[in-house]
Amino acid sequence: MSIVAVQLGQCGNQVGHEVFNTICGDVRGTHGLCSKKENEAYHDACTERFFSEAESGVPVARAVLVDMEPKVISQTLSIAARSGHWKYDDQSHFCQKQGSGNNWANGYSVHGPRNKEVIMNLVQKEVEKCDRLSGFFTIMSMAGGTGSGLGAFVTQCLRDAFPTSFILNHVIWPYGTGEVIVQNYNSVLTLSHLYQSSDALLVHENDVIHKICAQLMHIKQISFRDVNQVIAHQLGSVFQPAHTAEAGLHYSRNPLGDLMEALVPHPEFKMLGLRNIPQMPENSLAYSTFSWPGLLKHLRQMLIANAKMEEGIDWQVRPPCPGSSISSSHSTNKLLHFNTSIANLVILRGKDMHSVDLGSFRDPSLYTSWLNPQDAFNAWKTPRAFNKYEKSASLVSNSQFLLKPLDNVVGKAWNMFASKAYIHQYTKFGIEEEDFLDSFTTLEQVISSYTNL
Amino acid sequence: MTQSVVVQVGQCGNQVGCRFWDLALREHAAVNKKGIYDEALSSFFRNVDTRSAGDGPDIYKGKICSLKARALLIDMEEGVVNEILQGPLRDVFDSKQLITDVSGSGNNCPVQAENQLISKYVEGILGIASPPSSRAVGYKVYGCQYRENIVEKLRKTAEHCDCLQCFFIIHSMGGGTGSGLGTFVLNLLEDEFPEVYRFVTSVYPSGEDDVITSPYNSVLAMKELNEHADCVLPIENESLFDIVNKIHQMINSGKLGSTVKPNSLVTSSAGTAKTVQEKPFDAMNNIIANLLLNLTSSARFEGSLNMDLNEISMNLVPFPRLHYLVSSLTPLYTLADVNIPSRRLDQMFSDAFSRDHQLIRADPKHSLYLACALLVRGNVQVSDLRRNIERLKPSLHFISWNQEGWKTSLCSVPPVGHSHSLLALANNTCVKPTFMELKDRFMKLYKKKAHLHHYLQVDGMEQGCFSEAISSLSDLIEEYNELDASKGGLRTDPSRLKIAV
Repeated sequence: MSIVAVQLGQCGNQVGHEVFNTICGDVRGTHGLCSKKENEAYHDACTERFFSEAESGVPVARAVLVDMEPKVISQTLSIAARSGHWKYDDQSHFCQKQGSGNNWANGYSVHGPRNKEVIMNLVQKEVEKCDRLSGFFTIMSMAGGTGSGLGAFVTQCLRDAFPTSFILNHVIWPYGTGEVIVQNYNSVLTLSHLYQSSDALLVHENDVIHKICAQLMHIKQISFRDVNQVIAHQLGSVFQPAHTAEAGLHYSRNPLGDLMEALVPHPEFKMLGLRNIPQMPENSLAYSTFSWPGLLKHLRQMLIANAKMEEGIDWQVRPPCPGSSISSSHSTNKLLHFNTSIANLVILRGKDMHSVDLGSFRDPSLYTSWLNPQDAFNAWKTPRAFNKYEKSASLVSNSQFLLKPLDNVVGKAWNMFASKAYIHQYTKFGIEEEDFLDSFTTLEQVISSYTNL
Repeated sequence: MTQSVVVQVGQCGNQVGCRFWDLALREHAAVNKKGIYDEALSSFFRNVDTRSAGDGPDIYKGKICSLKARALLIDMEEGVVNEILQGPLRDVFDSKQLITDVSGSGNNCPVQAENQLISKYVEGILGIASPPSSRAVGYKVYGCQYRENIVEKLRKTAEHCDCLQCFFIIHSMGGGTGSGLGTFVLNLLEDEFPEVYRFVTSVYPSGEDDVITSPYNSVLAMKELNEHADCVLPIENESLFDIVNKIHQMINSGKLGSTVKPNSLVTSSAGTAKTVQEKPFDAMNNIIANLLLNLTSSARFEGSLNMDLNEISMNLVPFPRLHYLVSSLTPLYTLADVNIPSRRLDQMFSDAFSRDHQLIRADPKHSLYLACALLVRGNVQVSDLRRNIERLKPSLHFISWNQEGWKTSLCSVPPVGHSHSLLALANNTCVKPTFMELKDRFMKLYKKKAHLHHYLQVDGMEQGCFSEAISSLSDLIEEYNELDASKGGLRTDPSRLKIAV
């Protein structure tokens, strides 16, 4: 089944471009390290998911590009076309002349309704190119105005127009400081609205990826392109074809549906995080060997200690002993250290993955008590190596991992809201104080739910 | 792509504007080597086919034919404007873009009623038949006299834009025409183009201003800026003068030898159309021109983190009236050797927070930041931004609810002669002393009613205008006081919403 990507705003378009680039580079690569038959099946499944064939033979990304100003889209289209390996559809993009100016209200209340028809027509056309539609993958940042405001609006429209399709929102979480001053307001409004209409939010924090670029990739002068490439690699490692337990040796038929089924058992919990291992500069790969038990031991500890990357993992953190009573002091302690999960999905790619023992991820003490541990863990596998890594593992997790950043954003936005700073910029476009209060309420509820796992 | 229109008013406004257009052409010529009319050029220039008779049609694609500035030049004396029209930039403007007081058209105000209305806020242009520089004449008399003419020409200019985003008004606060007619136009723009942003570059008079009534003009104009501008970039001549001197000293001290790239000086006109001998003010005005170029660069050129003009007020103006932004520019020049170690890059960020690079005399480091923007051009990446913000943050005081009040942009095209540059915009309570000083100077005159009669003899100008203006200024100062008072106090975060579990 196919996925239609919707790239929104400067960030969404830049990240989206890197995602298609990574996926295309991976399937074209000669380093699959698997049988020819396997490789062909992988290639076909990937193409069906992300590309349609053009007459010229160059794969065309199943994507709709949306921005409110023209510079980024024209640049993105031309870079993609220049690669020669894939391209965007010439007709499948929409831009206006004037950006949303970092104003969520402008994106949501002005640009959204004004351009709804054109955007939804483009989406419809892209959907018609798919034999079978799995759903939508929207890519956006929540700091600015277009990705966040228009993104929230478009997500609602998608929900209305395609009630039975899955919607996964990929959300770029801004740096803690230094991008956009009103980013916490924009984030609060975005997250609360997405929580109503999206099936799941897959989150990447810029601060975390930046650290990965510095500490794992050893990049000295880090550009947005470097950051976006790491994000794209992580996303590719999840969305490239893999065998689910049920499908046996067929590649998963409904990638988004399978993902939701594995990870979102309750509508109150739809924040997903992504970790992968190993991650290193390309020129170090040739000199490195990995064992599956080693990789998975690290990955598991990254999960329970809430480490976002392989370096600096706290090995002291242990799951709570079964049967221990949950006193209040214990639960505070627990909040600080142990990361409780609702559901986890591990994806293994590469050599010998069939022999891997995943028992340590099935440990009931990793999970909240109200879900059957059997249902809480899933694994997808493929012998096809991903993106030059002989062995690699990714973990998509619905857990408390985002609690702290979310609490930070809501707290900072609330402080600003208490002083009424910048509110006039939003009321100008019809977003009133009550709307803010509703959004704060929604997110405090989410925080409270995840805290009490 | 959006467009902007520059409205330059009065002698100062026109001189600065002239330098802006010259440097803007130089910048685009450096980027656009093929001579194709592109989107970046279209933001400030039209491309016109001059071969056809009259005002030729706009050409949107293809070769540059004849570039016309999206500008309106207004002055009540013909001197400066005429000089522009005879100078090297004459082709960039045409007569339809000019408004001057030709041959004393007298008091033929078209509609008397309108006159009354306008005169309510016309306080400033000083010009005909009144002592040099009273804002009243500028605002009330010229304003009403030329209202229709101005509106018509603004509409014409706007019609040539397919998405007009911003008006840049350049004027001085002390003189009559700039302060009076300048703020009259500001009002007019709000009435006629409410959707379009209004950025005002205001040159503030110094204490030793030779126009004796400049405190009156400035305070009357301040009221209009408070109420009708989206952003104001205050500039003081002394600061510009200091920068010019500093550069002069550096070059002549021999420390740098001949290694400074001549076209990189923030004060320089090298490489522009200007061939005649430079005037003393040109160097200072070039600094303001560079400010405007850097301010708009990210909206015109590509970059990995774009910043449109509408993002400036969105991020930097937390409360409507507190829209005065202190700007500083670095580097002031670039040395000719090309290999810039990253230490020098970091120096650029430090310099932006030193007084030597500010365009007004103020002390942001010891005052309170409401918000701060870093607009970076050239070969600079997000990690450079992050490192420097982390480094500088501890030495700056931000208001409690905006501890992380940084807005950044990365534009890939550097200014002519540089590999990178930085424009810092600070919304900081440090502008308050400038306003307090202005208030003092106003009160000194006003207590004695000195020179007041020059203003009051203008139709529609009453003493009430003065008291309203000074109370508007006092309110503004008070708003800054209240914010300052929050500094250093114990910070208690407001308690969060509680969720019943």
